[in-house]
Amino acid sequence: MSGKLLLKGGRVIDPSQNLDDTRDVLLVDGQVASLAPSVDAPEDAQTVDCSGLVVTPGLIDVHVHLREPGEEHKETIATGAASAAAGGFTSICAMPNTNPPIDDPAAVGFVVAEGKKAGKARVYPVGCISVARAGERLALVGEMVEAGAVAITDDGSPVMDSGLMRLALEYAQAFGIPVADHPEDVTLSAQGHMNEGVISSRLGLGGKPNASEDIHVVRDLMLAELTGGHIHLQHCSTRLGVEMIRQAKARGVRVTAEASPHHLVLTEQAVEGYRTEAKMNPPLRTQADVDAVRAGVADGTLDTIATDHAPHHYDEKEAAFADAPNGIVGLETALGIVLTRVVSEGVIDLSTMVERMSCQPARAFNLPGGTLAEGSVADVTVFDATERWTVDASEFLSKSRNTPFGGWELTGRPRVTIVDGRIVWSA
Amino acid sequence: MTDTVPPLGKDLVGLEKLTAGQILQILDTAEPFKEISERRIKKVPVLRGKTIVNLFFEASTRTRVSFEFAEKRLSADTVNISSSGSSVVKGETLVDTARNLEAMRIDMVVMRHGASGAADFLAERIPSNVVNAGDGWHEHPTQGLLDLLTIRDHMGRLDGLKVCIVGDILHSRVARSNIYGLRTLGAEVAVCGPRTLLPPMVEELGCQVFAHIQEAIEWADVLNVLRLQLERMEGGYVPSLREYNHIWGVTSERLEAAPRDLLILHPGPMNRGVEIDSDVADGPHSVILNQVTNGVAVRMAVLYLLAGGQPEKAEAAKQGAES
Repeated sequence: MSGKLLLKGGRVIDPSQNLDDTRDVLLVDGQVASLAPSVDAPEDAQTVDCSGLVVTPGLIDVHVHLREPGEEHKETIATGAASAAAGGFTSICAMPNTNPPIDDPAAVGFVVAEGKKAGKARVYPVGCISVARAGERLALVGEMVEAGAVAITDDGSPVMDSGLMRLALEYAQAFGIPVADHPEDVTLSAQGHMNEGVISSRLGLGGKPNASEDIHVVRDLMLAELTGGHIHLQHCSTRLGVEMIRQAKARGVRVTAEASPHHLVLTEQAVEGYRTEAKMNPPLRTQADVDAVRAGVADGTLDTIATDHAPHHYDEKEAAFADAPNGIVGLETALGIVLTRVVSEGVIDLSTMVERMSCQPARAFNLPGGTLAEGSVADVTVFDATERWTVDASEFLSKSRNTPFGGWELTGRPRVTIVDGRIVWSA
Repeated sequence: MTDTVPPLGKDLVGLEKLTAGQILQILDTAEPFKEISERRIKKVPVLRGKTIVNLFFEASTRTRVSFEFAEKRLSADTVNISSSGSSVVKGETLVDTARNLEAMRIDMVVMRHGASGAADFLAERIPSNVVNAGDGWHEHPTQGLLDLLTIRDHMGRLDGLKVCIVGDILHSRVARSNIYGLRTLGAEVAVCGPRTLLPPMVEELGCQVFAHIQEAIEWADVLNVLRLQLERMEGGYVPSLREYNHIWGVTSERLEAAPRDLLILHPGPMNRGVEIDSDVADGPHSVILNQVTNGVAVRMAVLYLLAGGQPEKAEAAKQGAES
């Protein structure tokens, strides 16, 4: 990207440089050209007044579902990338559970091309671990990486076969990519529609016990330890799972892990009244689990906050609870939710938030960005940490509206999203 | 007490959220309606001109027929829809089905659905009265009510009684409606069955748990014996129906060892020789057919009250006065 953009007078928070101070940021030709207390605007530069605003390395979401190809009525790569930009995200990693699934280099190339065409947030494809996500044999991992895949996962379908998971963790090492897994022993949760506990028993809904997640977390950690491979555990939701990850990290196991905004702020209580907008997988759990996930994000056991953005058409959620699909959209509420309900409540500070939503996602998935160091990619998020707003799903750029946060009053909202030195969204 | 009972509201989706006064009001309203079914001409004009749709997405004989008799004996116009042979099998959504029925200006929907919460879902979305005839594993409130009425008929009270529900509690909407209704009316409730068929943390629903049927029989005044579906064996919850009968079956030998006579209920359909032996089902303490008879009266009472009928006028209504 050619062109010059000067972000003037913002509070720049860049944990990669231990920086939290007023700075000007000059972006030239898609790179950070200068980061200094005062940068004079070059004659041909566009200047954005960032006084009173926070300027951070662009937010990165390593876990989104863009539904294309196959379910374009829910979302497309273009609408998902636009939704991301509106949420302050400059990069997103697209899960491969599409129809057909992203399990070969041609499919990966399609996602790359559509992402470029969209011209909003950068779209990085994640390829399947197994052919057709069937959990039987390895997909063309090497060729998918050559085509642009940044990780592999069978997300949505956990890899139940431990032998296959071992092979994936070994094979992926040649390409330096993480193997991401949705930790769930489905033999314990197949009939489940929500967290297993007294509420599921009262409502007459099948439950997913914590153990269904814990067992799979432990298995994946053991396989990462066995193979030396990099396991990335998705949307961690249980207190014991978080503790197991903490212990594995202490032993030096190569593990990174996610927390989703909804698991940081909602409990299974949100399901009361059979609210399908509170149906997701893993399910919302108990307060003790929420507290553990928050503690995990605070101490870095959970490196990344990722939305698990999962669009569904309103007709699909307009059903009896057991008949409704799992998942909620998250890209356009994540920053506001985390600022309002995690940062403001003192769980983490702003700098740690930027770590979890930009620096560490970049590191975990080896993506450009996560820093505003001179010479790095010109991906920047500018937000107003004080703006109060009310979530109105009808205003989402996502094609879907399935959020449990409708009507929530939040403080903190994205203002300008810059990708490759270009403003792709602004309020 | 009656004059302080809040009205039932638009719908009956479950017993969990009803007050003791509301439940007793339904039971008391059912009393005068019992007699209608004993007449030569079993019809009163209470719901004349009302249109009721019986929307059954799951197979049902007893409940559907019972509702239909209740509706017809109150002179409502009724239509039966079952999922096979309806537009549901053509892919229509539940809410579209309901809205299309609404467009034909109906007054009430009685629905049986395989998904827990389906009744709540429908009740929130249509202006007609919704009566839950069973939703998934959640509730079957009219079954719960007819069980309460039958127990009250035979024991004279519910408060302080010890009632044990035996069998597959996990998948049972009957069990949940019984637990909620009985506890609200002051009964002590226990459940008995293999742990594989008990809901997780069932103790927190306010139930004692008995692992063995002998302990349950020793403790209880009333046993409500649930059907053990063949699918539960296929699903691996119990190794065999024969073993289930051997360990948890309600047999006359076991009942003879009880310190007192137990009242035996079963919501049907029975698997004779599995959860209940024939000599118990047909024996002197079985009130299984009384339950079926009471089912019609209870459903009349529910339809009457939801249609705006005054509980104190039920006696007059059955004499022929229109509500």
